[in-house]
Amino acid sequence: MMSRRVASCALLLCGVLLAGAGCERESRPFQQLPAASARTERPLLSQNTPGGRVGESPIDTGASPFQENAWGISEGKRLFEQYNCVGCHAHGGGGMGPALIDDRWIYGNRAANLFDTIVQGRPNGMPAFRNKIPDSQIWQLVAYIQSMGGHAPLAALPGRSDHMRVGTPENARPATPAVQTGHP
Amino acid sequence: MTRRTGRPAGAWVATTVLSLALAGCRGNQVIFNPQGPAARDIAQLGWFLFAVCGVVYAMVLVALAWALLRRRREDDQGAGATRAITRTVALATAVTAALLVVLAATSVTAGRGLTSPSGPGAITVDVIGHQWWWDFQYRDVTPSDVVSSPNELHIPVGVPVVLRAQSRDVIHSFWVPNLHGKRDLIPGVVTSLWIQADRPGVYRGQCAEFCGYQHAHMAMQVVAEPMDAFLAWIQRQRQPAGDPPDQEALRGREVFLQSPCVSCHTVRGTIAGSRVGPDLTHVGSRLTLAAGTLPNTRGHLAGWVADSQSVKPGNRMPPNVLTAGDLQAVLGYLRSLR
Repeated sequence: MMSRRVASCALLLCGVLLAGAGCERESRPFQQLPAASARTERPLLSQNTPGGRVGESPIDTGASPFQENAWGISEGKRLFEQYNCVGCHAHGGGGMGPALIDDRWIYGNRAANLFDTIVQGRPNGMPAFRNKIPDSQIWQLVAYIQSMGGHAPLAALPGRSDHMRVGTPENARPATPAVQTGHP
Repeated sequence: MTRRTGRPAGAWVATTVLSLALAGCRGNQVIFNPQGPAARDIAQLGWFLFAVCGVVYAMVLVALAWALLRRRREDDQGAGATRAITRTVALATAVTAALLVVLAATSVTAGRGLTSPSGPGAITVDVIGHQWWWDFQYRDVTPSDVVSSPNELHIPVGVPVVLRAQSRDVIHSFWVPNLHGKRDLIPGVVTSLWIQADRPGVYRGQCAEFCGYQHAHMAMQVVAEPMDAFLAWIQRQRQPAGDPPDQEALRGREVFLQSPCVSCHTVRGTIAGSRVGPDLTHVGSRLTLAAGTLPNTRGHLAGWVADSQSVKPGNRMPPNVLTAGDLQAVLGYLRSLR
């Protein structure tokens, strides 16, 4: 009798903990005004090693704050289309610009590398979005781009699209370790 | 025991309910105040169904009360009583069936009237649903004359207006109760309906299909005006934004074009040409901001530009931190876009 009560208490506790974990995954920080609207305006000149400047980035946290956040990743997915990233990179498969879904990265696929790529632009076509996209949205884009190759917790990966599906859903892609090539 | 003098509580309740109900019959977002042929058909059908069902409901309750209060009699089991019961039940069944046929017939007739306009459509407007705002695009043979009027549908009075409804993200539903019933906006499909307003006025509409976090703040204004006023309006809307009238607005345009605003908004006549957010070419002339959420005043606009997430959490516009001078300049510029 006692053990049954203990077991049901444990079950309840597990349920509460699971629900709590779910809240983390879905948290939507709409109103964090200063952080959400900051814009990286300081011009940064590239140093010689492409993608090798991690640690000197203005907002280098090592990871996007939205990396494990399902809402942030899906917002990134929406912005990826609305800011016309799809115009060059297609839905990850690449076109005029390099593919983002594969394991080859010219400038690295760490969050700070991707942030710098978006803010500063890169040679041969990638425009600089400095001052045109608030930092919080850039971090959402970074989280989504990292998730394209399957590098995000399964629970946070988007499984649906607003448009007709063009490939394997993000949450069903095999994750392969990224390679920084340093050249196209 | 303390007893309130004056009118008893029942009378207060009845007065309140009655006045609320009557107030509900006059508003500009009410089906019982039809302002067009389609809404009138719907309102008539509604009142007819209400009357028939009300009478039937009252009759059933009377019969039930009579059956409960009536005492048993000695001849209840007799052959005569059985015949009488059979006759009554048969009669009631026949009346019920006939009523259902009548209700179905009126409903079908009203439905057919709603799908065919009373004449050729005067203008065609594309209704595009976004999370969480409406875009109304006036189609024209010349592409440069296509006008986009977010959250505000201007229509001429007395002629049918054909609406082609689409959605860019999830399912929305177009509903202006004073003019017509609901029509869903479905991604990938074009649905259509026609509306007609008989009298000039401003009618409020609302998204009628849950579409996400700010579904409740997805409203629109339908401005019905005489044909010449409508033509003057659309002529004005076709013009691109002119030069800023003063120094403040000039600086505001500079700030606008160098900030994230241009990543989403269009101001025709400038380099801002993105189609993600609402067209701002004539934002100063509109009645409301943020899809009917705020009145269009300088103060509300300031709150919206600076921190829209406090007004309408979750909406697609990121907050903007601008210095006080830049913010005032942008406000001056946006207000000058009339």
